[in-house]
Amino acid sequence: MSDLLALTALEAHEAMVAGDLDAAEYTAAWRQAAAGDELNAYLWRDEGGEEAGAIAVERDCIAPIAVKDIFCTEGVPTTAGSKILEGYRPPYTSTAVRRLIEAGAPVLGKTNMDEFAMGSSNENSAFGPVLNPWDRERVPGGSSGGSAAVVAGGLAPWAIGTDTGGSIRQPAAFCGIVGLKPTYGAISRYGMIAFASSLDQCGPLTRTVSDAALLLGILQGKDPCDSTSVGLDAGVSLPGREDLSGLRFGVPAELGHDEYDAGVRAVFEATLRKIEDLGGEIAEVSLPSTEHGISAYYVIAPAEASSNLARYDGVRYGVRAGGDGDLIEMYEATRSQGFGAEVKRRIMLGTYALSSGYYEAYYGKAQKVRTRIATDYADAFSNVDFVVTPTAPSVSFKLGEKTDDPLAMYLNDFFTVPMSLAGIPAISIPAGLAEPEGGGKQLPVGFQIAAPAFGEQNLLEAAYALEQGIGFDARPGDANG
Amino acid sequence: MAELEPVIGLEIHVQLATKTKMFCGCELSFGDEPNVHTCPVCLAHPGVLPVPNEQAIRYALQIGMALGCEIAPRSIFHRKNYFYPDSPKAYQISQYDIPICGAGRLGEVRIHRAHLEEDAAKMIHVGESGRIHGSGASLVDFNRGGTPLVEIVTEPDLRGAAEAANWARLLRETVRQLGVSDVNMEEGSLRIDANVSVRPAGSEELGTKTELKNMNSFRYLQRGVEAELVRQRELIEAGGTVEQETLHFDPTSGNLTSLRSKEEAHDYRYFPEPDLVPLAPTEEMLREAREALPELPATRIARYEEMGIADNVALSLAADPETADYFERAVAAADGAEPKVVGNWVTGELAAALRLAEVEGGAAASKVSPENIAALAALVQAKKISHGSGKAVLATMVAEGGDPETIVEREGLAQMSDSGELEAIVEQAMADNPGAVEKIRAGNPKAIGAIVGVVMRETKGRADGGEVNRIIQEKL
Amino acid sequence: MIERDQVLHVAKLARLRLSEEEVERMVGELSGILGHVDRIGNLDLEGVEPTSHVVALENVLRADEPRPSLPRDLALSQAPEPQDGAFRAPSPQAE
Repeated sequence: MSDLLALTALEAHEAMVAGDLDAAEYTAAWRQAAAGDELNAYLWRDEGGEEAGAIAVERDCIAPIAVKDIFCTEGVPTTAGSKILEGYRPPYTSTAVRRLIEAGAPVLGKTNMDEFAMGSSNENSAFGPVLNPWDRERVPGGSSGGSAAVVAGGLAPWAIGTDTGGSIRQPAAFCGIVGLKPTYGAISRYGMIAFASSLDQCGPLTRTVSDAALLLGILQGKDPCDSTSVGLDAGVSLPGREDLSGLRFGVPAELGHDEYDAGVRAVFEATLRKIEDLGGEIAEVSLPSTEHGISAYYVIAPAEASSNLARYDGVRYGVRAGGDGDLIEMYEATRSQGFGAEVKRRIMLGTYALSSGYYEAYYGKAQKVRTRIATDYADAFSNVDFVVTPTAPSVSFKLGEKTDDPLAMYLNDFFTVPMSLAGIPAISIPAGLAEPEGGGKQLPVGFQIAAPAFGEQNLLEAAYALEQGIGFDARPGDANG
Repeated sequence: MAELEPVIGLEIHVQLATKTKMFCGCELSFGDEPNVHTCPVCLAHPGVLPVPNEQAIRYALQIGMALGCEIAPRSIFHRKNYFYPDSPKAYQISQYDIPICGAGRLGEVRIHRAHLEEDAAKMIHVGESGRIHGSGASLVDFNRGGTPLVEIVTEPDLRGAAEAANWARLLRETVRQLGVSDVNMEEGSLRIDANVSVRPAGSEELGTKTELKNMNSFRYLQRGVEAELVRQRELIEAGGTVEQETLHFDPTSGNLTSLRSKEEAHDYRYFPEPDLVPLAPTEEMLREAREALPELPATRIARYEEMGIADNVALSLAADPETADYFERAVAAADGAEPKVVGNWVTGELAAALRLAEVEGGAAASKVSPENIAALAALVQAKKISHGSGKAVLATMVAEGGDPETIVEREGLAQMSDSGELEAIVEQAMADNPGAVEKIRAGNPKAIGAIVGVVMRETKGRADGGEVNRIIQEKL
Repeated sequence: MIERDQVLHVAKLARLRLSEEEVERMVGELSGILGHVDRIGNLDLEGVEPTSHVVALENVLRADEPRPSLPRDLALSQAPEPQDGAFRAPSPQAE
C-alpha cells in the first residue's frame, strides 16, 4: 500500500494509463491515508463509497487531489476557512475543479486555509490551525496551509491552492514541497472565492516539478466565465531539461538590504552555487521598487478584499446573526460574528484606503507602485531569464509566535508579494534544510524562481533541472537536528 | 428680490431590451414569479465573476450616437460600493470617470454623459405598515437584478417644468425609435429623476439642488418639478436656504416628502472593477451602431422647423415616423401648398377625420394618398374652396379615396368666386335680418354671426367666411 | 496615525460592529500598518500610470444568448430566511 502512496502523481498517471495501476485501488489507498489526518489539514473529506460520490468522476486516470476550501464545489461544503460560510454548499462548481473532474481526478477533500486566504500561517482559520508535518508545533505557512500540509504529510499526492501574495509558495517552502503561482490569467478564477481580484491565482502544490507541470496543464485555459482569463497559449509539456547551461539567473541587489535568517541565506547561496554547477550564470539585477511591495500589496489586496467580502451580509447564503434587529443590526451582527480578527483588520484597512479623501493617497499610489514593480521586472528580464530569491525570510515558525503583531506577519510575504503585483509566474522548490533562528530541528527552505509573464514552460524546465541537481529528499519525520 | 430662474437637469435610467442580463446569461423578464431568473452570478455567490453582454454595449453605443455623444475610445467599469438587500454584491458595477459616452446634445439640452450599469433587484416590503420606513421586512426578488441600464445625465439646461417634461418626451421618443428599450415609465423601463434648483436670473452660479426621484409619468414629472420650484422659491423668499436632499412627489396630495436625510450621503468608494477589462469599441462596432440608427426625432424636427412647421406639429410628426414619411411625400407632391399648411392638414383635420371614421393605421394606411391631401390643402390655401368644404371633401376621401378636384366638381363645392353674386346674397341676408343689423351697428360684433350663418346656408358653405365678413362691414 | 473616530467611521462603512476592546486594538494595529504603508506617500510617481488592469485585454464580451437559470429551490436553498419564493431580510431602521 505504501508503495502506491510513494508514487508521484505523474508516476501514478503513467501507470494508470499503461494499465499497470488500478485507479480505484489507488484512490482508495489515498482516501484511507487522508482519513488519518492528524494535522487538521482537511475540513471535509470525500469518504468514497456509494452514499458519497458528491463529486462525479468521468475519466479515472489522474491521481486524486486535495482542493483548498476556497474553491466552490457544488453541493459540497465550502467555507473559505470562515465561520460566515459554515454550512454553505455552493450551487455550482469552480472552473478549476471542474477541469480536474473532467480530467478524471477524484477529489479527496477540501483543505483548511487561512480565512478568506488572508494569512501566512494558517492560524487565521475559523476551524483551528493546521500543523506542519515537519514539526507539529509549527505552522505550515498560509494561506494554503492545509494544501501544503496534506502533500508534505502523506495525506494527498498533490493539491491545488491559491496564491495572492505568496499563499502557495510560502507554505510550499515551509513544508518542503513544490508550489507554483502561474501568470495572472493562466487559470480561471471562476468559482474561486475572491480575496483580491487582481492578484488571486490558482496553482499546484506538489511533491515534484513534473507533477506541478502535469497539474498546470490540466488547470490552465481561457474561460468564458472569467473575463480576465487568458490561459497559456502553448499549453504545458512535461519538463525534461538536463542542466541550466545558457540560462541567466538574476539576484536582486536589494537582497543585500533585506533581513532574513542566516540559515535561509546559507541555503540560498548554496543553491546559487548549484545553479552555476549546472551551467547557469548568476547576475545581479536591480528591482528598486520591490522594496515597496509590501506597502503596495497591503493597500491593494485589502482594498479589493473589503469590496469582495461585502457580499457576506446574511441575506442570500451563509450564516445570519441579529435577524431580529433592523437591517443594519443584522449586517453588523452577521459580519462581526462571522469574520475573524485578521479578516476584520483587512476589511478595515481596505475600506479606509478606498474611502473618500484617501483613495489617491493610498489605492491610487499603490497601483502606481505596482506599475513600477512590473516595469522593474520587465527591465530585469531583458538581461536575465529568471529572477531568484529565497521564498520566505525564515523557516517555519512556532504556532502563536507571530500572531500578536500583524505587521510582522505581513513582512513574511516580502519575497513573494512583488511577483503577485507584477502578475508574473513564480515557483518555490525545496532547496535544503536549516535550523530556525533559535535553534532546533532542521526545517525546509524554499528557493523561489520567477519568470516573465507566460514563461511557465521555461520556468518549469529550469526548476526541473535545478530540482534534479539539488536532489532534495528529506522527509518530515527524518531524524535530524 | 431678484427674480429666481429654475435650473433643471435630468438623470434618466433606460432599461435595455436585451435578451439577457448585463453580466450573466439569465433571461430578462417582467412580471414572472420571484427568483426564477437567477444564477450564481446575479445572486452574487462567492467566487462568481461578471461577463458583459455584447448587445448591451451595442445598444449603449446607439443611444450615445443618437444623442450626439462623443464615444470614448476606451472606457472602464467601476465598482460603486454600498450595502442594501437589492444589491447582492454590495456593489453595483457601473462606470465612473471614464464612461462609454461623453458630451452630446438633444434638442436644446446638452448631454453630460451616458454610461452602462446594472439594475438592482426588486424589494417588496412586508410588515405592519407596509411602508419602507415602518417595521417589518423586505422580500427580495432578484429577477430584475442585473438588467442592463444606460444612465443618461443632462447638463442643467432646462429652465422650466413644462420644458423638462417636453424634453423628456423627446428623449423617450428618440430612444424608443432606436428599438433598444421599451421606455415604459409605468413598467420602470424608463426612470427619470430631476435635479432642481433656482438662482437669481442672470447669475452663472448654481444654487443648491434637490433631487426628485421616481416620477412615473411625464405629467407627474412636470407637476413634481413645479411643486419643488414653488417650494424652493417660497423658502428663499422667506429667508431660508435650500438644503440638499432627495424628495418624493406624491401626485395625489401634491406633497413633497424628504426620502433621505442629508447625513446619509454615501461614500461609494469607487475603484476600477478588477474583474472586467476595458471596452474599446472597434471600427466595426461603431459602424454597425451608426448604420442601425433610424432618422431620429431631433433631426426631423429641425428639418421641419426649417420648412416653417410649428414646434408642436413637428414634435407630433417626429413621434410618428410613418405619418412623418407620409407628410414628406405630401410636401414633395404639393403644388402651391405651403408645407406648414400641409402639416396642419395631416396632423389636424386628417387625423381627426380618421379617428371619426375609426380608420386604423394612421394616414399612411388610409385611402387618402399623400398627393391628394396635398392637392386638397392647395385648393383651400388658394381659396378655391372654403375650409368647411375642404373638410367635407376630406370626409369623402377618407371613406372612398379619390382626388379632391373630382370630388369638388361632382359635389359643386367650388368656392363662390363671383363677388357680385356673393354681394347680392349678403345684401339679401342683411335685408332679411334687420334686427341683427341693428345689433351690429349698436356695437355687438357677435351679431355678425347670424348674418354670416344665413349667407353660408344660402351658399351651401361655398362662401369664404372672411370675405362675407368684409362685405357686411362694407355695407354697414 | 488613524484616530479612534476614524476607526468608528470606517467600521460603520464596512458594516462591522467592533467591541470597545476591538476598537482600541484596531487603532493601534491599523496605525502600525499604515505607518509602514505610508512610505509610498514619499515616492515620486509623477507620470506613472496606475495598473488598473493586469492583463492587456479589451472587449471580452458575451453573446446575448440566454443560459439556463437556477431552479428556484436551488437558488433559495442556501437562504437563511426564504419566504414566498423570495429572500427575506429585515427592513432598514425607521427614520
